[in-house]
Amino acid sequence: MEAEDDAAGAIIGDEEIYANVRDETDSQRHRPIISGEQLDVEAYAALYTGRTKTTRLLFIADKCGAPSMELEALRMAYDEIKKGENTQLFREVVGKINGRLGPNYALDDAWADAVDRRAELKKDKLENELNAYRTNLIKESIRMGYNDFGDFYYAHGQLGEAFKNYVRTRDYCTTSKHIIHMCLNAILLSIEMGQFTHVTSYVGKAEQTADGLDPVTIAKLRCAAGLSHLEGKKYKLAARKFLEVGPELGNNYTEVISPQDVATYGSLCALASFDRSELKSKVIDNTNFRNFLELVPEIRELINDFHTSHYASCLEYLGNLKTNLLLDIHLHDHVETLYEQIRSKALIQYTLPFVSVDLNMMANAFNTSVTGLEKELEALITNDQIQARIDSHNKILYARHADQRNGTFQRVLQTGNEFDRELRAMLLRANLIKHDYNLKAARKH
Amino acid sequence: MNLNMNSVESLVAQIQGLSGNIGELTQLRNYLMQCDDLLRTESTRLAPLLTELDPSVHSLGYLYILEACTCGTILKEEANELVLSVARFINVCAADQIRLAPEKFISICKRLKEQVVLLEDPMRGVAPLLTSIRKLQSSTEQLTTLHPDFLLLCLMSKCYKTGLSVLEDDVFEVDQPRDLFLYCYYGGMICIGQKKFRKALELLHNVVTAPMPIISAIAVEAYKKYILVSLIHLGQFATSFPKYTSSAAQRNLKNFSQSRIIHDLLHLAKISYAPACPDRLLHICMDLALSTFSKQWDSGIFPYLELVNSYSTGKVSEVENYVQMNKDKFESDNNLGLVKQVVSSMYKRNIQRLTQTYLTLSLQDIANTVQLNSAKEAEMHVLQMIQEGDIYATINQKDGMVRFLEDPEQYKTCEMIEHLDFSIQRIMMLSKKVTTMNEVMSCDPSYLGKVHIQLGGNGRDLIMTISTPFLLNSTYEGGEKEQSMALPMTCEFLFSRKFSFYYGRGWY
Repeated sequence: MEAEDDAAGAIIGDEEIYANVRDETDSQRHRPIISGEQLDVEAYAALYTGRTKTTRLLFIADKCGAPSMELEALRMAYDEIKKGENTQLFREVVGKINGRLGPNYALDDAWADAVDRRAELKKDKLENELNAYRTNLIKESIRMGYNDFGDFYYAHGQLGEAFKNYVRTRDYCTTSKHIIHMCLNAILLSIEMGQFTHVTSYVGKAEQTADGLDPVTIAKLRCAAGLSHLEGKKYKLAARKFLEVGPELGNNYTEVISPQDVATYGSLCALASFDRSELKSKVIDNTNFRNFLELVPEIRELINDFHTSHYASCLEYLGNLKTNLLLDIHLHDHVETLYEQIRSKALIQYTLPFVSVDLNMMANAFNTSVTGLEKELEALITNDQIQARIDSHNKILYARHADQRNGTFQRVLQTGNEFDRELRAMLLRANLIKHDYNLKAARKH
Repeated sequence: MNLNMNSVESLVAQIQGLSGNIGELTQLRNYLMQCDDLLRTESTRLAPLLTELDPSVHSLGYLYILEACTCGTILKEEANELVLSVARFINVCAADQIRLAPEKFISICKRLKEQVVLLEDPMRGVAPLLTSIRKLQSSTEQLTTLHPDFLLLCLMSKCYKTGLSVLEDDVFEVDQPRDLFLYCYYGGMICIGQKKFRKALELLHNVVTAPMPIISAIAVEAYKKYILVSLIHLGQFATSFPKYTSSAAQRNLKNFSQSRIIHDLLHLAKISYAPACPDRLLHICMDLALSTFSKQWDSGIFPYLELVNSYSTGKVSEVENYVQMNKDKFESDNNLGLVKQVVSSMYKRNIQRLTQTYLTLSLQDIANTVQLNSAKEAEMHVLQMIQEGDIYATINQKDGMVRFLEDPEQYKTCEMIEHLDFSIQRIMMLSKKVTTMNEVMSCDPSYLGKVHIQLGGNGRDLIMTISTPFLLNSTYEGGEKEQSMALPMTCEFLFSRKFSFYYGRGWY
């Protein structure tokens, strides 16, 4: 089938096919933010705005092991909170800092009390206004009133109250723009609270409003839907949603998600759940998504490597990214599962085209030991994901396709036997019931 | 009233004279039924009468007299004599004659069994009881009251193969549900003894899922064995019952709480204390009753369900530990041997799983994966499995490697075709049976009374509205009132059915 092609193109050397050596490309691109190196907290935080910035910083402070990074994150969180009005979160952060950052970052009671007092006044004011509007029964003002209340509670960190108020505006929405506004607020709150079932329902509601959906909003809604699928561990659906996000998203949704995140989440979920053709058509050839992938070049490389079967380098990239991905609040719980799935996929794809595979070479390709590889393959074979058998003596993996004919005969005989047994048991039971019935009838007469 | 020589002579003469054809026999039977009391009072003096009668020709009369002789208390010296005479009778009697008086026949067979057990020589009773079953059955599909006794004797005398020959017949008709439970339970035990686990599972399944208004101790014991056999044969146990299991079984076999035990035991003791009740069952009842009243009785099924849980972890050491800790409980149920077989089946199952993933594997690796102590032990296990036909493999002792082979069955031989053909015939026969049963039931008046018939149009529509799936699921309860109301409607219906049948056929 393959012609001896000496003259023209170069023959790919044996080592390169089997060992998947990666050629050294230069890494003199501008420093990507999510990369293999230690996370630059400032740059990372600059991607986000609003409450999610603080939450993410606190999460990083909790999860990272390095005290320097922790303090950096806490410092930034403190500054951020001071700009807002959330006194409870303020006290929390101060507690975590514990005086380690010096006198500037201690508990500023004066500020906290002032904010609280202001909040009380504002709350009363808003309440009075709202009551006035309610007696006047002007829909639009009531809606605005509830919205203001929602914003107020959100700023002060009382998420449950905020959510309730936003949802109350629903009855007073008149145009589709209002509905979309309400849905977006509700989605934001639900994501902050971690209640992703609400996210799905409100995304659905927003998408159903006939008009008034500009591309930015559509992109936002898709992101939100993707996030909720991710949390629900439905990686395939999440991937599809993230991949559909248009470049119009830009920096418009930084209170929830950054475009780098879209790229990361989308690619990882796609790698873990798509098959080869889908991966190619939806990710690699997707022009829209390419814009996002440019923001995270390591992930782009890794997808290409996976597609071109350079599994060793692909898995190496993944390993490097792992520590930073573990600091992301949405991805944190799913990193392990996704990584496992990607690794299994890689193993399965590697063995697919072959009739027999030398386990030594395969171990080289995946940068593991032969015994470890054998264990992994055993698990995959037991789960019926690879149709093969291992020759442990010679360390070869042989593809094995079930004999359909024998299998069919076996199943037929088995089904026949079961049917026979069930039928006889049923006739017996029917007989017993009839006997019982006859007995009762005889007794009554 | 004394039986003087004249009556005796007339009795013998009657018997001799009326043993010709079926008409005479029924007359004789009526006569004998009238004389029954007389015979019982004079049982001690009846022995010489037997010598005047020929058991093969005058079976019915002989039976009555023999039964009267043996109904009193038997002294130890006479036991042997009794066994011999009854066995002789069973061998030569005429089947059609004794079928006219089945209760008498059953009664003397049970006496035989009792005496044989008392003499501690159960093997003497096996052959006679086998003959008696064959003579009493109207067809091989009928289960008589003697079946469980026969199986019990087989168990006690360890004649498992003879027991198996009877178990191979399919049973479709049952005289008494109690017989069926015991038959299946003892049958299950015999199959376990012969390592025919599939058949044992089937029999025990029938006991556990049989319709029963209240839970019986037999069902509980059978359930315990069922769990163990299921683990050995299938490697797993499904705790959910099939839909057709009785509600009593479903409730009680999950959690056998104390008050239920007392209630059920009393009921059971009430209905089952009869001469026909097997001794073992009575013992079980007594033991349970005593322990319930005397100490904190813990649920009998719980250890078995826990065993299922530890089995499903796949770790042999865990299962062994659990068995060790609960040895007494298993031993008190006489199930310890079976539990040990469960443990060894775990090794088998783990090795079988290896055949799915490996082509060749070293003995040391097998030992490590299956948690055996050494490669030598692994070799022994694999060898045993190859001999029993559980796996197909070859052991290479030089390298210490085992090569797993495919199942050599190619399904191309004549035997396989024959086997398939036979199975097809069997299933066709069974389907025909079900269809006939269906037809019989659809003409049954009480069934028709229950079915909601929409009258209207001509008679032909009536047939269409009765849906056949209704048939085998219908439960027969409380039919009396409906029966009396149904009669006029059914006559009409049957008439119109016949009417439309003819109409449809163009005979009108």
